[in-house]
Amino acid sequence: MDEWWTYTLSDLLLFSPRTYYRMLQRHNETLWPGQILTLGLGLGIMGLLRRPAAWQGRAISIIVATLWAWVAWSFLARRYAAINWAASYFAWLFAAELLLLVWIGGIRGRLRYRPSRSIAGVLGFGLFALALAFYPLIAPLSGRPWQQSEVFGIFPDPTAIATVGLLLLAEGSQRWGLLIVPLLWCFISGATLWALGSTAASA
Amino acid sequence: MPSETPLSRRSVLGAVAAGAAAAVLRPFDALAQAAPITKPIPSTGERLPVVGLGTWITFNVGDDAELRDECSAVMAAFFAAGGRLIDSSPMYGSSQPVIGYAHQKLGRPPALFAADKVWTSSGSAGPEQIEESRGYWGVRRFDLLQVHNLLAWESHLPQLLAMKAEGRVRYVGITTSEGRRHEDIERVMASHPIDFVQITYNVLDREVEDRILPLAQERGIAVIANRPFREGSLIRTVKRHPLPSWAGEIGVMNWAQFILKFIVSHPAVTCAIPATSKVAHVKENMGAATGPVPDAALRRRMAAHVEAL
Repeated sequence: MDEWWTYTLSDLLLFSPRTYYRMLQRHNETLWPGQILTLGLGLGIMGLLRRPAAWQGRAISIIVATLWAWVAWSFLARRYAAINWAASYFAWLFAAELLLLVWIGGIRGRLRYRPSRSIAGVLGFGLFALALAFYPLIAPLSGRPWQQSEVFGIFPDPTAIATVGLLLLAEGSQRWGLLIVPLLWCFISGATLWALGSTAASA
Repeated sequence: MPSETPLSRRSVLGAVAAGAAAAVLRPFDALAQAAPITKPIPSTGERLPVVGLGTWITFNVGDDAELRDECSAVMAAFFAAGGRLIDSSPMYGSSQPVIGYAHQKLGRPPALFAADKVWTSSGSAGPEQIEESRGYWGVRRFDLLQVHNLLAWESHLPQLLAMKAEGRVRYVGITTSEGRRHEDIERVMASHPIDFVQITYNVLDREVEDRILPLAQERGIAVIANRPFREGSLIRTVKRHPLPSWAGEIGVMNWAQFILKFIVSHPAVTCAIPATSKVAHVKENMGAATGPVPDAALRRRMAAHVEAL
C-alpha cells in the first residue's frame, strides 16, 4: 500500500455522522446509570488530589487504569469495533496504557499527583475539570441530544483528556511516557471528529 | 346446501386473504418501475441493470436495529425497481452483516448479483476471509469476487481464478478508486483473464476514459463505476444549480439521474454503484436506468456543463 499518502481523512472514514452519534447514544442507554458511578469516581479523584497521602498516587493510578480497561473493553472492543475495524487495535493501545498505569503508578508507586500553581499544574487541573464537567455538555451545546453526551470513564475522549490532565499534575519523569497513548488517542479522535464534521458540514 | 357453506367460507377467507395480501403488497407494486436498461457482461453475455447498489459507509451501521431496518428498506426498493448488483467489501465495517440481515428480513431475491471483495495483505488469509464474507451475506456463492484496491493481488487473483474454475464464484475482478494505481490496473487487465474491473468514473473524474475504458472494451472486461457522486460532494455541488433545460431530452428528472446517465452511457461501462441509505434516493438512482440514453455529443455537452458550474 505505497499509495497511503493519496488518501485523505475523509477517505478513511468508514461511517456516517448519524451512525457514529447514534452509537454514542446507544452506548449511554445501555450503561445508564453507570455514568453516575464514573463521574463519581472522577470527583473522588479530585478529592484525592487534595490529600497528599503516600497511597494517593497508587489509588488514583489504579482508578484511572480501571477506567481505561473499562473503556477499552466496553466501548472500543465491543461497541465501536462494529463500525470501525481499527477500534480493536485502539483497544490494545488502551490496554498498553492501563498496564503502564498499573505498573508505574499502582505497583511501583512512581506517580504522585500534586496540584500546583505552575503552568503545567494549572493546565493539568483545567484539563481534568474540563473532561469531567464540560465534555458531556458538548453534545447538547452542539444541538445533539443529552443521550449522546460523552462522559469520563464511559467514553475514550474525556477519559484520555482527563488522564492527560492528571499526568500533567504528576511528579516524576515517567509521566512523559504515560502521556503518549492519551495524546495519540486525542489525535486519532480529533481527526475522526474533523472528518465527521467535514462530512456533516457538507451534508 | 351444506357443502356450499365451507366453500363460501373458503371463498370469503380467500377473498379476505387476497385483499390483505394486495394491501400488503401494494407498496411494492407502487415501487415497481419500468424494467431497467441492462448491459451485457462481455465474458458471458449475461445482462446486468446499469445501476447497482454500493454499500460504502451507508450500510456500515453496526448493530443499530433502526438503521439496519433502513438499509433493508433500501435493498427492498432497489430490488423492486429491478436492481441486481450489490457491491460490498470486508473493508466496509459491518456492511456485509447488514446485507445479510436484510436478506434474512426480506428473503434473498433470486435476481441478486452478489459482488464482494477480498481485502487482506496476506494471500493465505484470502480464502478464510471470503468464506467469512459469504457467511455474512448468507449466499451459497458470490457472483463476483474482486481484489480490493489491488491489495496483494499477486496472491489473491490466482486463488480467485481457481475458485472460478471450480465453480465457486462466477466472475473475477479487480478494483481501485479515485485514480489510484491505474498503471497496475492496466497491467492486470492486459495480462490476466479477469471479467470485471471496478474504477472511479463520473462526470468530473474521467481519467479512465483515456486508457482503462478503451482497454476494457478491447479485452472484453465489464466495468463497474464506483463513487459516482464523489461520496455525495458532487451531487451537493450541482444541486445548487438548476438542471439544464435540455436534460429532459434524455428523460432526466434530477441531478442524480443526470450524473448516473452520463456514467452508464459510456459504451465501456457496465454499471454504476451509487451508495445510499435513503429509499427516495434509490428510486431516483434507479430512474437513471430507464429512458433515453445520451449519445456521444450529448455526453460531451453534459461534461462541459458540469465542469462550468
